[in-house]
Amino acid sequence: MSALQKMMGWIDDRFPLTATYKAHLSEYYAPKNFNFWYFFGSLALLVLVIQIVTGIFLTMNYKPDAALAFISVEYIMRDVEWGWLIRYMHSTGASMFFVVVYLHMFRGLMYGSYRKPRELIWIFGVLIYLVLMAEAFVGYMLPWGQMSYWGAQVIVNLFAAVPFIGEDLSIWIRGDYVISDATLNRFFAFHVIALPLVLIALVAVHLVALHEVGSNNPDGIEIKKKKDPKTGIPLDGIPFHPYYTVKDIVGVIVFLMLFSAIVFFAPAMGGYFLEAANFVPADPLKTPEHIAPLWYFTPFYAILRAVPPLFGSQFPGVVAMGLSIVFLFFLPWLDRSKVKSIRYRGPIYKAFLAAFIVSFIGLGYLGLLPSTPVATIFAQIFSVIYFLFFLLMPWYTSIDKTKPEPERVTG
Amino acid sequence: MSQEVEGQKVDARKRKFLIAATSAVGGVAVASVAVPLVMSMMPSARAKAAGAPVEVDISKVEPGMLLTVEWRGKPVWIVNRTPEMLALLSKHDAKLTDPNSDMPQQPDYCKNPTRSIKPEYLVAVGICTHLGCSPTFRREIGAADLGADWSGGFFCPCHGSTFDLAARVFKGVPAPTNLVIPPHQYLSDAKLLIGVDAKGA
Repeated sequence: MSALQKMMGWIDDRFPLTATYKAHLSEYYAPKNFNFWYFFGSLALLVLVIQIVTGIFLTMNYKPDAALAFISVEYIMRDVEWGWLIRYMHSTGASMFFVVVYLHMFRGLMYGSYRKPRELIWIFGVLIYLVLMAEAFVGYMLPWGQMSYWGAQVIVNLFAAVPFIGEDLSIWIRGDYVISDATLNRFFAFHVIALPLVLIALVAVHLVALHEVGSNNPDGIEIKKKKDPKTGIPLDGIPFHPYYTVKDIVGVIVFLMLFSAIVFFAPAMGGYFLEAANFVPADPLKTPEHIAPLWYFTPFYAILRAVPPLFGSQFPGVVAMGLSIVFLFFLPWLDRSKVKSIRYRGPIYKAFLAAFIVSFIGLGYLGLLPSTPVATIFAQIFSVIYFLFFLLMPWYTSIDKTKPEPERVTG
Repeated sequence: MSQEVEGQKVDARKRKFLIAATSAVGGVAVASVAVPLVMSMMPSARAKAAGAPVEVDISKVEPGMLLTVEWRGKPVWIVNRTPEMLALLSKHDAKLTDPNSDMPQQPDYCKNPTRSIKPEYLVAVGICTHLGCSPTFRREIGAADLGADWSGGFFCPCHGSTFDLAARVFKGVPAPTNLVIPPHQYLSDAKLLIGVDAKGA
């Protein structure tokens, strides 16, 4: 027995290192027919690491103080060695996180990855998405530019619309009667410690749940149903390591090429990743001409604006926005189709999914624009389609003509 | 209820009771510790002190002009309305959501057609009731972007809400209610105190 084997044995007697490595990598059997869409889970993990590492180094120079925050960001950009790179990696990482997560979620919709027995994976995933939105929102406030300030003003005022307790609730969130130093300081605490801890914990349970039931695949069938009678290994499964670690490295390299292109050549991405108004320090007495949230929030912002005030309260709009995310949690139970994957679904589901994606992108586009009567009507139409995708799902998935699923994965 | 475990009598009911009692006491302790943490997020004594009333000299506000002062970190507008502006106020009641100020967006002493103590001076919190942006003062009548029937008022650049010169919201815009009139009082003809009601009001 070599020295290395001896050492591993010593560790394994005290900590399940080999067992964990086998369970999650070398003997975790994933379906052999993963395609392009299966890159985004591992890429999301990569972006999380980028955000945590760059975030740690940003906090070394950032000051969470209303009088100093804006200057400290400028200081990072101009005076700190490589500060500009670290900050642009972090700001690009924020947007790319959502790009990756949206594609990851779309994969789930296409192949029915949320269906039994993966309901909890999906629910943990939606929770990750929610925490990610909170993390992005509080993080966007930290540079203390005009858009940081007024964006926070708009979002915190959403809580003020809650009947009866709204006013006190929004004061409690702000720690002041207006967005102020107190608000900035606590948002910093949420951004650098509270929410990242929750996020990492949720990612961990997301993966534990995934490895418990095993990955779905583009055919939406269970590979665990057909096992090698001798070894008990799924016939259509291949070990995650080395097969998918190698495949994912290809994805990582292509992703990092794109990522670097943005960081080095278009860090503001034409105002979509970093808004022009945020290069002006926050001014509580002057609202920017046009307030739009960052692109990844705009679909929900458009839904918020599409609902007219009822009974002298804008609470219905806030409720609609909240419901647009709450419905995601119920997806595993709304879908009554006999098959999981879009490959074997009928035309009705495909049409509804297409309409849903068009509406989501349409809402995202409208949320970037100033409010006009025509834009509002379009936003209302798209919002209705968005909700009908969920509300009518039990009906259209059960009447839809499906094709028979194959016995084995089709490659 | 008792059972034998390794020859010893165990009172299962007592065990259940002890587990429940310990959990309950522990739960109360957690809730009690949470109170100071949650309350620490309320405005501090310093933030509350900064919410003190503001005194403003309004003698320099010329007719037709607007002065913005800061109270509790919010912009408060003081508009010296001309007789022409006041005359136009009653002309568009049909287009307003709440022309008679029925919703509690103002102190009782400002629940009148001009929403003010003195008709010429409008004192209003310049925060849109939609989502908290600060509207801009658009006094020009018939402004090109606001329509030929625009009779002067406020326009919110965020989502297009419009308000008249009594800070009343027009119909069909995102803002649900009129702008807030803060509590205020006149200390003299030229001195305005924003943030407190006059005694006895």
